[in-house]
Amino acid sequence: MIKLIEFAFRVRTIWAVLMALFVGGIMIAAAGHNPITAYGVLFHGAFIDYYGLGATLVKMSPILLAGLAVIIPLRAGLFNIGGEGQIYIGALCSTAVALYVTGLPDFAHFGLVIVAGCVGGGLWALIPAILRAYRGINEVIVTILMNYVAINLVSYFVSGPMMQPDAPYPYSPEIDDHLFLSWIMPGTDVHTGIIMGLLLSFTFWFILKYSSVGFGWSTVGHNPVAAKYAGINVKKQMLIAMFVGGAVAGLAGTIEVIGLKYRLFHLFSPGYGYDGIVVAFLASLNPILLPFATLFLSGLKAGANVMQRAIGLESTIIEAIQGLVIIFTAASLALKFDKPFWERFLDRRQKPNKDTVGTKNV
Amino acid sequence: MFDFLLNISQLTDFLGTGFRLSIPIAFAALGGVLSERAGVYNIGLEGSVLSGAFGGAVGAAVTGTPWGGIVFALLFAGMAGVVLAGLTVLMRVNQIVAGIAINILMLGFTSYFARVFFPGGAASQNIVGFQTFEIPLLSKIPIIGQPLFHQDTLFYSIYLLAPLAWWIMYRTPWGLQIRAIGEYPRAADTAGINVLKTRFIVVVISCALAGLGGAYIVLSQVFVFTENMSAGKGFVALAALILGRWNPIGALMAAVFFGFADALQLRMQFTSPEVPYQFFAMLPYVASILALIVFAGKVKPPAALGIDFIRSGK
Repeated sequence: MIKLIEFAFRVRTIWAVLMALFVGGIMIAAAGHNPITAYGVLFHGAFIDYYGLGATLVKMSPILLAGLAVIIPLRAGLFNIGGEGQIYIGALCSTAVALYVTGLPDFAHFGLVIVAGCVGGGLWALIPAILRAYRGINEVIVTILMNYVAINLVSYFVSGPMMQPDAPYPYSPEIDDHLFLSWIMPGTDVHTGIIMGLLLSFTFWFILKYSSVGFGWSTVGHNPVAAKYAGINVKKQMLIAMFVGGAVAGLAGTIEVIGLKYRLFHLFSPGYGYDGIVVAFLASLNPILLPFATLFLSGLKAGANVMQRAIGLESTIIEAIQGLVIIFTAASLALKFDKPFWERFLDRRQKPNKDTVGTKNV
Repeated sequence: MFDFLLNISQLTDFLGTGFRLSIPIAFAALGGVLSERAGVYNIGLEGSVLSGAFGGAVGAAVTGTPWGGIVFALLFAGMAGVVLAGLTVLMRVNQIVAGIAINILMLGFTSYFARVFFPGGAASQNIVGFQTFEIPLLSKIPIIGQPLFHQDTLFYSIYLLAPLAWWIMYRTPWGLQIRAIGEYPRAADTAGINVLKTRFIVVVISCALAGLGGAYIVLSQVFVFTENMSAGKGFVALAALILGRWNPIGALMAAVFFGFADALQLRMQFTSPEVPYQFFAMLPYVASILALIVFAGKVKPPAALGIDFIRSGK
């Protein structure tokens, strides 16, 4: 019994998701639709239908990486809310290398494009990390403010120096096709970016759980004073964790360019950086759970469009449900399994039975 | 580029724009000061501004008066505050996580319900906003008269609310209680102050104030609600309250600074079309970051900011 209760606590984010879907269902009903039909259409469109699953996985690739970009710095105690900006800067740097660096062998050019995206995102994330480590400035505010700067920067480049001549809308010229990521599901846009995301999730799960680097970050995140006494260079570890987080977000921007759009667009990310925050908490900040959380959220987003076409319910309902998911998940973080309490609770429930059995015998 | 400063009519115009653009930030920053003084980070200011804007639009459209907009703005942003206070004060969820969650929730809710309430889009909103009126005599002062004293009710109210908040904070027992809770909650608790109840109330008021900032955008500036229209004002407000040293008057002054940065970039977009507008558009955000860099370290936040209060012996 006690094991069962402990298990119920362990999967508390699942309860949070169910609660969110339940409240979302009430909202769907209030809008005059049958929630079961709506969710049925949504989840069929997101996961069962082949092309729908394709759309889900296309959205999943950048969100998965954006989630890692939240989880990694948070291990070292830094809230990276700047994933969105890092995605933009990563995409900007990789597109610039893709377009303007020439004369390299194909594989070297490809490698350089990836590196440029990662370094761009990483350096962009390093600015708030330095301000936090050396000036004590709250990184939440700085990373968010920098998102607006990054979006405007990209908008400037694609409508100015990097703009495709005669383009009707701000976007860059197309990158060379030897840089394209290959497709992995025939007939859909799913590209190898999703595999990169899964491999990186697994890699960072391993690094965070078993390596000394991961242990160092956790120590810094949990107790910077203790970390300092243990001989860890706290500021340096904060910078590294944030750089790595930014680099992963930069990679998310890069794969959007080389895997899906093949050019840099003005306002190309519909908030993947913020979705990364939602999935990171939904996965309880555990990289190995992250793919499942991301699959769920991407499915909601992809399925929402199918649902809107099929039954005419506004697809923005999903944004509301996403908000509910993160609120209930945040609330579930407060619930901790208190073993002694539940043991006492179970004892109290069992004892009166024994007593009544005893009195009958007398 | 700066020759408009010598032209009286262009100068008053510019000052008016600057003051008006500072109002949403000022309301949110004032709310943030209250909450952080009581020891609770309010990262949810952005979501509160947005729910206030949505409440303002719905209230004004339903009741046909801007006052209805104010009531709904207070109600919606106050509800965001109840959720935030419930998560942070009562359930002791990490305050930054809870604030981010509120922002995402409110972005989702307002986007969805805006489509439900206004199915015809922006054109169908017909929002009745506030009218400007002149304050006799004061509005006749050269240069600053019109920018400061020919405005609307919400504009004037922040200039009453900020000194009022200052007076409450530093001259009344309530203010002392709020500050005590933010500095040393255990001592406040020993002195018989209900820490959790006070924090809860202050967080709700904080979000409601930020909501008035959102209502101002809808009811006095643009008369229409659009998705994610708060556009980072709640975060700029967080910078403003640090710049204003957690002081209501200081936060108001910092908000005016950011308002003028915004007015300047708008003006420069217009007068310098040869410079890409994106550089001007990022100016308010860059100004906020620079202000943080310059002033950080010189100011000390409330000692118990961000730290949950657990009553011992419970």
